[in-house]
Amino acid sequence: MSTILVFAEHGAGTVRRASLECIAAAKATGSDVVAIVTGQGATDAAESLGNHGASRVVCLTGADQYSPDATGVDIAAVACDLGVRGFLAAATSTGKDLAPRVAMHLDSVLFSDCTGLEAAGDSFKISRPWLAGKAIANCTSTGPVFCATTRLNSFATNEVGGTAEVSERPASTDGKVIVTGITAKEGGKLDVAEAPIVVSGGRGLKEPEGFKIIEDLAEALGNTAVGASRAVVDAGWRPHSEQVGQTGKVVSPGLYIAVGISGAIQHIAGMKTSGVIVAINKDPDAPIFKLADYGIVGDAFEVVPALTAAVKELMATA
Amino acid sequence: MNIVACIKRVPTTDAQAKVNADGKSLDTSGFQYMTSFYDEIAVEEAIKTKEAHGGEVTVLTVGPTEGTKEVRECIAKGADGGVILTDPDWGQRDNLSTAKVLAARLSEMGAELAFFGKVATDRDNNAVGAMTATKLGWACVTDVIELSLADGRGTAKRESESGVESVEFSLPAIITCDKGLNEPRYAGLKGIMAAKKKPLEEAQFENVPNQIEVESLELPAPRKEGRIVGEGPEAVAALIDALRNEAKVL
Repeated sequence: MSTILVFAEHGAGTVRRASLECIAAAKATGSDVVAIVTGQGATDAAESLGNHGASRVVCLTGADQYSPDATGVDIAAVACDLGVRGFLAAATSTGKDLAPRVAMHLDSVLFSDCTGLEAAGDSFKISRPWLAGKAIANCTSTGPVFCATTRLNSFATNEVGGTAEVSERPASTDGKVIVTGITAKEGGKLDVAEAPIVVSGGRGLKEPEGFKIIEDLAEALGNTAVGASRAVVDAGWRPHSEQVGQTGKVVSPGLYIAVGISGAIQHIAGMKTSGVIVAINKDPDAPIFKLADYGIVGDAFEVVPALTAAVKELMATA
Repeated sequence: MNIVACIKRVPTTDAQAKVNADGKSLDTSGFQYMTSFYDEIAVEEAIKTKEAHGGEVTVLTVGPTEGTKEVRECIAKGADGGVILTDPDWGQRDNLSTAKVLAARLSEMGAELAFFGKVATDRDNNAVGAMTATKLGWACVTDVIELSLADGRGTAKRESESGVESVEFSLPAIITCDKGLNEPRYAGLKGIMAAKKKPLEEAQFENVPNQIEVESLELPAPRKEGRIVGEGPEAVAALIDALRNEAKVL
């Protein structure tokens, strides 16, 4: 059986959902999965990793601050020691930063943001978007180690009820890049790429204050991130971190609600793999309606508050 | 400081994908090209760094000879010269071999600081900057939205899912640039005229094998046809019903 090494991210010992998806994707290829974790609380994270499919967990210990280049060296060393056939990380900000470093150490090409992964002989095959999802490439590699990152919300997590054998390894502490601190998002706001539900707004909201109705709907739904079209980010109404589209984030939530967004090709590229798409727009000819599963033609300022009220009512009775 | 801005020529973001008859490559007929969106931010940051700390900026790319147009456009904004490593296998070039080719050239140029876009908007790899730095043994900070340099060291801010990270790093370094770092300038007529006289070297490079094998390329399956559930706030009940009982997402 081939072995895949998976970098698992955690916050104070709680493993990120994206990393659990990544482990499940690795496990589904029939491979043995070894997880590698670093930072404070790494050993606490080990327990849930076993439950989600890792047979072994390597904890990098002793580094007070995270260094992506030092961690890359350590992961590559573990990959070599274990003779792994694959290396995976979730395509989070940290994963996308780390995986290319590991891939270069392993002299291997990197497949970023994969939406499909399967075993192929003693190696693997992936599917991944090109041109922000306008095309899907199915690829293999002739490289020594199959390195890839998995797109968020593209693989299901899986609880297998196992226990992992945990080992520790001293982390390198000679990094050239050190993360010295993090300013957390206010009120634990969800990231648009990670959230299971996204409510996005565009020009149709008329002014920055128009986003109040979007925020209210997101709050009523719960577990929901606010997204934005490029036009309103460029206009300075919303931060770039919320931008969905080809020059923003590509998202794939279970439910995507587009409000006052006409549906330019660059925006559609960023959200068209969402599970269910709802469009609310004044213009019945807006291209977004061609993509949406459900549409309401109407004024956002009338429809959205009504939807928020209905969602609140539903949540209260649920 | 010897500063390099690495750019990539990519299809414009309104390009529609079509697959060639071979079933594994893009039909590029009708494509128009531009400097990748984030690479424009890299060029701007390189020029700003030169303005603040002195030095020279070279624009570097790997690609087809037609890419001299994009390199020239970037030089016109205030760079001092350009290098295009002309690539006969450009369409097949993978991130690992691109990084090796760029690392070799950066090393040869004696570069101390290189700016990349965080991702090129064609293959969406998000990889070449960090790979190149790793090959060189340099520091690399990705997705940077704020940067300051002093005395051979730097601090930067980058955005992650959990918030904004503060990062310290040593030089030499590769910085990959995110939207928000700066507002790219336009080239003025003076810059465009001056760029015609600045050196633009077309060079060959020692080929590095690619590892990627594209088995097939497909267009995403069309979504199943949706429907308009109604007009105005009265349609909300029908929408809630559809989301709950049909799509089962609420």
